[in-house]
Amino acid sequence: MAKADSLLAGDLSDLRGALDRRDCSAVELVQASLDAMDARADLAAIVFRRDEAALTEAEAADERIASGKPASPLDGLPVVLKDNIVQAGEPATCASRILEGYVSPFDSGVVERLQRAGAIVVGRANLDEFAMGSSTENSIHGPSRNPWDPERACGGSSGGSAAAVAAGLVPLAFGSDTGGSIRQPASFCGVVGFKPTYGRVSRWGLVAYASSLDQIGPFARRVADCALALEAVGGHDDRDSTSLPEVVPPLRSRLDGDVSGLVVGLPKEYFAPEGAQPGVLARVREAIGVLEGEGVRFVEISLPHTAYTIATYYIIATAEASSNLARFDGVRYGRRAEHPKDLLDLYERSRSEGFGAEVKRRILLGTYVLSAGYYDAYYVKAQKVRTLIRRDFEAAFGECDAILTPTTPETAFALGAKAGDPLSMYLSDVYTVSANLAGLPALSVPCGFVDGMPVGLQLLGKPLDEATILRIGDAFERRTDHHRQSPPGPPGSPGTD
Amino acid sequence: MSRIEPSDVARVATLARLALSQDEIAAMTRDLEQMLDYVAALDRLDTQDVEPTAHSFELPTPLRPDRAVPPLDPEIALGNAPEREGTAFLVPKVLEEGG
Repeated sequence: MAKADSLLAGDLSDLRGALDRRDCSAVELVQASLDAMDARADLAAIVFRRDEAALTEAEAADERIASGKPASPLDGLPVVLKDNIVQAGEPATCASRILEGYVSPFDSGVVERLQRAGAIVVGRANLDEFAMGSSTENSIHGPSRNPWDPERACGGSSGGSAAAVAAGLVPLAFGSDTGGSIRQPASFCGVVGFKPTYGRVSRWGLVAYASSLDQIGPFARRVADCALALEAVGGHDDRDSTSLPEVVPPLRSRLDGDVSGLVVGLPKEYFAPEGAQPGVLARVREAIGVLEGEGVRFVEISLPHTAYTIATYYIIATAEASSNLARFDGVRYGRRAEHPKDLLDLYERSRSEGFGAEVKRRILLGTYVLSAGYYDAYYVKAQKVRTLIRRDFEAAFGECDAILTPTTPETAFALGAKAGDPLSMYLSDVYTVSANLAGLPALSVPCGFVDGMPVGLQLLGKPLDEATILRIGDAFERRTDHHRQSPPGPPGSPGTD
Repeated sequence: MSRIEPSDVARVATLARLALSQDEIAAMTRDLEQMLDYVAALDRLDTQDVEPTAHSFELPTPLRPDRAVPPLDPEIALGNAPEREGTAFLVPKVLEEGG
């Protein structure tokens, strides 16, 4: 068991090797993951577990592996899903009271593909309610904690998935990213977080927040593992009409560390000294130095509409949310208010009792910007500015192969620090929302620490060109050891005080 | 400054089918005003001749053959129903007798 335990903190290729050599079994790995969840219950990263089903599935994986026919490179490996990606027979609360008790009648596209690949879902991870937030504090399950410092937030909204990978509970987790909800928590927790191009991964069975922005993606400890994950879950799905027809090319096998000759843009708006913590900028500049040493050529670029991205995002995202969340009406599933006096009362009280404050705030803002008399002034205006933001990137990609920025302006903030100030919470996504508005693939890679807390660098690629940003991120990892650092163990364990 | 009155919030809440307490209306009035002030920055941009972007990529509306496939089993579909009758979701009466 000690072997499975220590392996869990490694990367997927170590785990694959151990399984294929029969150094450990899938059952042992899954059990180690479940034990680690017990040991780190203090993080509140995992909100539902599948102990029995996962162990049964692991036995089947062991049989496939023993017969020399693993289903895929992910066969037998434990993974967790953000609690807004549904699996048949399992809960999906989206961290909301309105979905307490809900059991999904169907599998999401991602779950189907993971199962086909032999991966084993061991649990479901905490999030901000309906993926609305940047700290994983807006949750009926309570706030998740950052493994590097339990008094700090793990970021959000996919904070439980990030914390689970950082703490070594699983080697791979999935989240969703609407304005940075994979990359920002990855940065805060010191793991790799990857949002593929809009439309790359089926959103069938992802509870919708903002449909023109939402995308599913993986968390792992290595860039190569994220490449492998996209190969497993990416590709067209008829049931998601925004799913792209393009086939996902081989990604992981092409990671060879060679980045010489690549041109990477540094948008000056993202490096303004007043914009980010000095320590964050220092780590990112050091990373630039490392990549320069590998032959990357850096050029300064401009994304002139950067200052407008958060405003644009919060109009579009809340408008879409107000429409998407209309389905939670207490009629077909979810919470229903008791003793409704009529249908309107049933709707209003079911929703008001079921939704938390941040969700109500966003539904109200979204309803306002879509309402008669304001639609053109706010919603259409934001869609037009979205065009300008998209054009900024089209112009920039005429000069470079990829763009590098900090992932977040600061390292993980203290729990509660932004709770009373929605706008300041929204601004923690200032570097990440543009990739969603423009539909671009984006990757956050650990690039060091400030006062013991992880820093992430962000790589943005051309639409469908995940390969280049994965290549750069992987090359950076080969020359650095930031991704090998582990947070302290559970309270009271050896090595902690 | 965007002037948002509690009555505006109450109106929007009705549209959104949310029943808010007086305290919630007061807090949301303040929050909404702060957000609308913040997003007012977009007015500085001239977008007269700019086309709106609804989706990052132009995808044609996908079509599929009109073929019957087995539906979700009604028992499964109704599995999460707060109240049901037979194979129907049950809600309070919408029309009065003879209405």
